[in-house]
Parts: sequence; C-alpha cells; structure tokens
Amino acid sequence: MAEAIRVIVAKVGLDGHDRGVKIVARTLRDAGMDVIYTGLHRTPEEVVEAAVQEDVDVLGVSILSGAHMTVFPRLLKLLAERDAEDVIVVGGGVMPEGDVAQLKALGVKEVLLQDTPPEAIVATIRRLVAERGPK
Amino acid sequence: MQGGLPSLELVERVCSGERRAVARMLSRAEAGGEEAREALDLLYRRAGRAHVVGMTGVPGSGKSTLVAKLIAAALAAGRRIGVVAIDPSSPFSGGAILGDRIRMGEVSGHPAVFVRSMASRGALGGLAPGTLEAVDVLDAAGYDMVFVETVGVGQDEVDVVRAAHTTVVVSAPGLGDDIQAIKAGILEIADVHVVSKGDKPEADRTVTDLKAMLGLALPAAGLKRPVPVIKTSSARGEGIGELLAAIDAHRDHLVASGEYQGRRQAIRERRTLKAAEQILHEEFERHRQGRMADLVAELAAGTLSPQTAARRLVARIGTEIVP
Repeated sequence: MAEAIRVIVAKVGLDGHDRGVKIVARTLRDAGMDVIYTGLHRTPEEVVEAAVQEDVDVLGVSILSGAHMTVFPRLLKLLAERDAEDVIVVGGGVMPEGDVAQLKALGVKEVLLQDTPPEAIVATIRRLVAERGPK
Repeated sequence: MQGGLPSLELVERVCSGERRAVARMLSRAEAGGEEAREALDLLYRRAGRAHVVGMTGVPGSGKSTLVAKLIAAALAAGRRIGVVAIDPSSPFSGGAILGDRIRMGEVSGHPAVFVRSMASRGALGGLAPGTLEAVDVLDAAGYDMVFVETVGVGQDEVDVVRAAHTTVVVSAPGLGDDIQAIKAGILEIADVHVVSKGDKPEADRTVTDLKAMLGLALPAAGLKRPVPVIKTSSARGEGIGELLAAIDAHRDHLVASGEYQGRRQAIRERRTLKAAEQILHEEFERHRQGRMADLVAELAAGTLSPQTAARRLVARIGTEIVP
C-alpha cells in the first residue's frame, strides 16, 4: 500500500479565523492526503509535539493575526530541538512580501498567500514531499 | 530525523520510548510494507504488557473527549498512555481528515502520552489496516494502557474486539429508543458501557434502557459477569474516575478468572486469519495478469465457480510465501 502524504494543519495563538484552514484541509483530503487538524488556539509547543507524534511530512500553519514573524521562527527552533527538521514547514495566510522572503530564508519551505488556488496548494505539497525524498 | 532509516535500526529506539522513532515506526506499521515486517515481528515479541482498551460508539457520541478525560485520570495515577485514534477515509479520494486531536487538547502533549491518528482506508469494522501493529509498537515502547478509538461505528461493525482486552461502548443519550440497543451486536461486545453527555436530561433514561436491555441480552449471550453501565459527563468531569476504575476492574477480572490468556490467544488467532486474508488479496492482485490469469479467464467464461477458484488460489499461493 502506498503511503499517503501526511499533513498537519494548525492554527497557532490568538487567531480565530479557521475558515481558510478548513478549506485547505478539505482540499488536501480530496487530493488523497491524510490531514490532521489540531483545532484553534494551539501553542507552538503543542503543534510541534503533534507533528512529531503524527510523523507528518508537512506542517502547515495558517496565520491571519499578523504574528507570523514570531510564530514561524519559534516553530522552526522547536522542530530542530526535537530532531524534526525534516518536517516541511509551509505557511499560509496574509503577510507582506518582505516577511515572506525572510521566513523562507529562515527555513519555511513555502508560503501560500490568500489568493493561492487549491490546485497550486496540492501541487506545492506534492513537490515539496517529492524533493525531500523517502521518510 | 534522517530519512529512509531501515526499520530494524528503529527497534531499540522504539523500545527505549524515543518519540521520533516510535512515530516513524507507526508510519511503517500503517503502510504495511515488506521492509518493516521483521522489525514489527521483533516489536510484537517485545510487546504484551499493555492493557489494550477499545473505545467504540456512534459518531458524535463523545469518544475522543472521553478518551482525553480518561488520559488525564490515568496520568494522575502515574501511568503512561498510548492512543490510536481512527477516523474515516473519504471513499472518493482516499484522503482523510483526522480530527481526534482537536478534542484531546493539552493532554496529547504530555510527555507520558502518545496520540496517533490513523485513517480507516476503507476498512470496515471501525479499525484501520495496521491498527493492531500500531498497538504493538506503542506497547513495546512502554505505554501501560493503549486506547484504540474506533471510527464512529453503527450497529454491527465490531472489529474492535479483535484488538482490545477491554471494550468500552459509548452511547449518547437521545439517539433512538431501546429497540436500537437490542438490534445491535454492539450491545454484546461491551465489557463496560458508557452513557456519555450525562449532563443532558435524557441521559438517565438511556441508562435505564440500556440496563434493561442488558438484563435481557446477558443470559442469551452467555455472559456471566454483569456489564457495568456508567454515566459520564465530560463537560462536568463526572463519572470519569468511576469509568477508569471499571476498566481496571475488568482487566483484574480477566486476570483473576484466567480469561485474560484466552482473550489474548483469541486476538492472536483472529490477527493470523486477518493477515492470511490480506496476503491472499495482495497475491491475487499482484499475479492476476500472470500466474492467476487462467483462473481469471475461467471465472470470466463461467467454467469455474468462485468456491473452486478460491481453493485453487490458496493452493497456488500456499508454498510460495513461507518465510
């Protein structure tokens, strides 16, 4: 049996806007992936622990609160501490382009902004997992 | 963690409880590939200490929330808890949304807890392929209790008894009259019954109905031990300690009565048959264009019955897959 791509999608901190993340979860499910949803208001520690336990290929974090420059560096640091740098971190939401470049330099593999079509989200996840190689 | 590590190299790390290794091994168990078979065999032999508790019930009955509360109670008693939580795969895309963690909240991040979500991949019966091997991995990793939370099941999908030492059936109040309860095989598989959402006014009625139906069902099912019916309210935190005590009491009863060995042996035998079925299925698919082509052609021509074809299939595969 071929292993399905495993993705965890998470909302971190004081950000109650979960319509987008639910649509993304549904889109990825419809592309045949296993999608773990954490629910709202998680801490970075909880999200990283869940990503470790679930052995996900991809950690997708949706942020619409403006806290992305705090949250993503924290997530990357925690993943490194847990010997989990191989987890592909993808950001989603609304953020300035300058921030996107900085986040990518820090190790976020891709940032999918608000106008990304569903097919592009699926294609990006598949590409990133293929580039990483076997788990 | 480095990618592509051989499963055999993970075995010792799993047994020492290293979380990344446990997580990776669970992925391999779920995928069911040949590469992991020897490692899973070794882990199976290292397992056998955990109390495996199946949690089943209709969708929305509150299984995940209840598991979260039970974890908190068991942690307070100093135990290490593993959970395998199964949600349905989409029959259309094969993908799945696994949402059991939403209800588990902060307990799932506790260092003595390991929660793993699995997709059912079309398997009926409430479990997923690889669920039983996943339980072995958590058992070998030193978790004292392993909860298996099934897909929300209806009335006769009762595979969880193939995996669990103790089966807990969760019923929510107000979902049908007492006839629903006697129809279902799910009534008889329970070692412990729970009526969840006990803060709702209809809950007492459901408890009464369930007890009445159990009174009718018990002699027929040949059960000697009265099955406890426990009312819980996850919202108010009521009945949780009582439920954990009932689960423990059931294990003690199995041990004291000698039924524990019998139940474990029954699980082993069912697993063997299930694995054999899967091997037949895979071998048939693999060779349907090749060595099985004549069987397929004869079936198509109507010159061979499925019953006879099945016997030939078994005979052909028989000698080739012996390890």
